[in-house]
Amino acid sequence: MSATPIATTRSAAGMPTGRLAVWWVVASEIVIFGGLLGSYIMHRLAHDAWSVQAAHTNTWIGAFNTLVLLTSSLCAVLGHQAAEHGNGAKAARYLLYTALGGLTFLIVKAFEWTHEIHAGFTITSSTFWSFYYTAAGLHALHVLGGVVILLIVAAEARKNVALHRVELIGIYWHFVDIVWIFLFPLLYIAK
Amino acid sequence: MSEAHEHHTNYVKIWAILVALLCVSVIGPMFGIKVVTLLTAFGIAVVKAYMVAKNFMHVNLAPRYVTYLAVTCLVFMLLFFAGSAPDVMKAEGSNWQKPAWLAAKANAAGHGEDVHGH
Repeated sequence: MSATPIATTRSAAGMPTGRLAVWWVVASEIVIFGGLLGSYIMHRLAHDAWSVQAAHTNTWIGAFNTLVLLTSSLCAVLGHQAAEHGNGAKAARYLLYTALGGLTFLIVKAFEWTHEIHAGFTITSSTFWSFYYTAAGLHALHVLGGVVILLIVAAEARKNVALHRVELIGIYWHFVDIVWIFLFPLLYIAK
Repeated sequence: MSEAHEHHTNYVKIWAILVALLCVSVIGPMFGIKVVTLLTAFGIAVVKAYMVAKNFMHVNLAPRYVTYLAVTCLVFMLLFFAGSAPDVMKAEGSNWQKPAWLAAKANAAGHGEDVHGH
């Protein structure tokens, strides 16, 4: 009897079940972040004075973090490419670079938030800052979760085990990148 | 990436284009022209998201229903926005109004202030 559950190998939906599951996660995340960003946009359009609050966010820090996430996405897709060629060690190395990008993002975010909180902009300061910390915080939690999974998948990939998971965590990571691509102009550029 | 598709995308080139677009989205709003800001910030965000989805997530190589799934979720978000936005963005409607907002608007009209910046 095989130790591998049937659900992980069947592909009645035209793709492996694991990949289908990740796409379902992405679809549900679209609703979560879509609702949050939609709410932000309608409030932002209704209240011109939010631009005064938004002026306090640091565009350069936001841009740097965007660059970090774009670069980590490049590493994730290069890791996927290496996994497709059966090179687990190379895939693991790229996944570690991706995780490093995620950690860099979180460290920069921590410094940024510390500075903002010291300047008096907390989650209760105004509705703008409530949205700011909620949206960026929810995204940061996704980055943190992604980093943990990246490290787990990288440890397996190093041993040439479960290489298909390199693509799965990649899909999730690229989605986290896309969410930030929209958060960046909303929170840092529209002032 | 579909097993049936062995492709040779130059990922570094895609990344370089994404970084160039990021630079444009940062520089564009510096001109202070609203249309330019909207195009460079939000227009480019859409382009960047499309490029990541197509070239890094390989949405185009996934079964078509994956795209339909994502688009359906986005449509639901638009419906949510269309249904909720009037309540948030307007001070009054057919059978309702926000007295505090209307009063503050009237009060601020002479001062040229926005009343809901809290």
